[in-house]
Amino acid sequence: MSAHQQLDFSYFPGCSMATTAAESNTSMMKAAKILDLNLIELEDWNCCGSSSAQTLCKNLSLGMAARNLSLAPPGRPLVAMCPRCLHYLRHAQACLRKDPEIHRDLEERWGRPIPLDLEIIHFLEVLVRYAPDRLKKSVKRGLKGLKFVPYYGCTVFRPPDLGQEKCYEGEMENILRVLGAEPIVGAYTHRCCGSFLSATDPELVTPLVNEIVDSAVLAEAHCLVTACAMCQLNLEIRCNSLVRLPVFHFSEVLALALGAEDYEGWFIRHLVDPRPLLQKLALVA
Amino acid sequence: MMNPSLPEEENDVPMPVIKPGERDRSLAEEVRKRSGTNFNRCFQCRSCGNGCPFVQAMDYPPNVLLRLLQYGQDQTVLESKTIWVCAGCHTCSSQCPMAIDMAGIMDILRLIAVERGVAIAKPNILDFHEEVLRSLERYGRAHKLGIMWRYKLQTRRWFSDMDTGLKMLAKRKLELRPSRVKAIKEIEDLFKCYWREAK
Repeated sequence: MSAHQQLDFSYFPGCSMATTAAESNTSMMKAAKILDLNLIELEDWNCCGSSSAQTLCKNLSLGMAARNLSLAPPGRPLVAMCPRCLHYLRHAQACLRKDPEIHRDLEERWGRPIPLDLEIIHFLEVLVRYAPDRLKKSVKRGLKGLKFVPYYGCTVFRPPDLGQEKCYEGEMENILRVLGAEPIVGAYTHRCCGSFLSATDPELVTPLVNEIVDSAVLAEAHCLVTACAMCQLNLEIRCNSLVRLPVFHFSEVLALALGAEDYEGWFIRHLVDPRPLLQKLALVA
Repeated sequence: MMNPSLPEEENDVPMPVIKPGERDRSLAEEVRKRSGTNFNRCFQCRSCGNGCPFVQAMDYPPNVLLRLLQYGQDQTVLESKTIWVCAGCHTCSSQCPMAIDMAGIMDILRLIAVERGVAIAKPNILDFHEEVLRSLERYGRAHKLGIMWRYKLQTRRWFSDMDTGLKMLAKRKLELRPSRVKAIKEIEDLFKCYWREAK
């Protein structure tokens, strides 16, 4: 059916994509399949270490992330969807480049090479760099009429020690505009969602999340689209504003625009049901 | 000192007692080395504090914390809420006109606070991180239901936030069974560096 050549990538899901944000994972896989991007899950991957390992032990944090790098077969880029996982994986690679001794120790410990030139990229970047033509040719349903706030969260393009790495600001708008949606400016797009404080200090996070969602309401957006699974969760579970907006994973609106039909399974997992909005815009039946 | 031209309610940062005679720059020196950031470039413009989404839950804004660090007020710094409330969103670092990586400094300060065993001002946050690590040690991946369960057990805040947990369960966002890394020995080995000695 498709005229595209299949492109292979290694894929690191991470704990959120595998569990709380399974709907993001499913819809991303669906979109990738339509675009002939073959995401091959890393065999026996482990948690990237997250902010908890980063807080309590730098060696542990480095080791957790580096083990995943040792599992990546050479010759194809490693793709992550979770911005924090991406950050820790890249951070580990940068550390190993600087410290050949630790690099050699870890390689010997696991008996596997850890390639220092492995390309580690976000799924958004895969689309922009490898699939812009496919994207245009594969639009089926489109997203006409959907006004969205691109909510990047705090991590996708910011941490300074990755300053030389690619910056993703604007890419979500570019992609979704191609698919027919209309980006809305003037709302909070990369203010922190509260991260783990949502679990430990919810009373602190709720007003911040409300400010983010309220800013989107004021800007007259229909919804927010996030590039981060944890942001999506926090924006949904911690918002108690009077007017609440649906919060989509980026992958969901992407797959929807490309004609995916299994969206019911994703949307029932949302706390704010996005289906009435999509029905109103006649995007779904 | 805070800016005297500001209205009083914006000046409600608690004033720590600074004893100049007892200045000891060892912590400042250690932080500078381990974070690779020279924070002596700070001229107290307060961009970091103004941009921080969590500053109202901190006892000292980030710029004041830096000043305390420069004045050798090690204990005040390490026992502050500020370092734990920081979620590492890097807003401060990206806004600093002097390119000081404030978030990187916070990161190192948390680490030193744990290493030195000082009183932790937000013990619930440390408990949470430790529960995450227990899950990672056991399974190699984060099992969120287990983490929240043991976190509640630890902090005894059983009924706070119950409705959110139930909603997440109803939406099947919390997996009942953990998924486990097959080569779990490789994960266990990584934990020898910190975990074993501490317990």
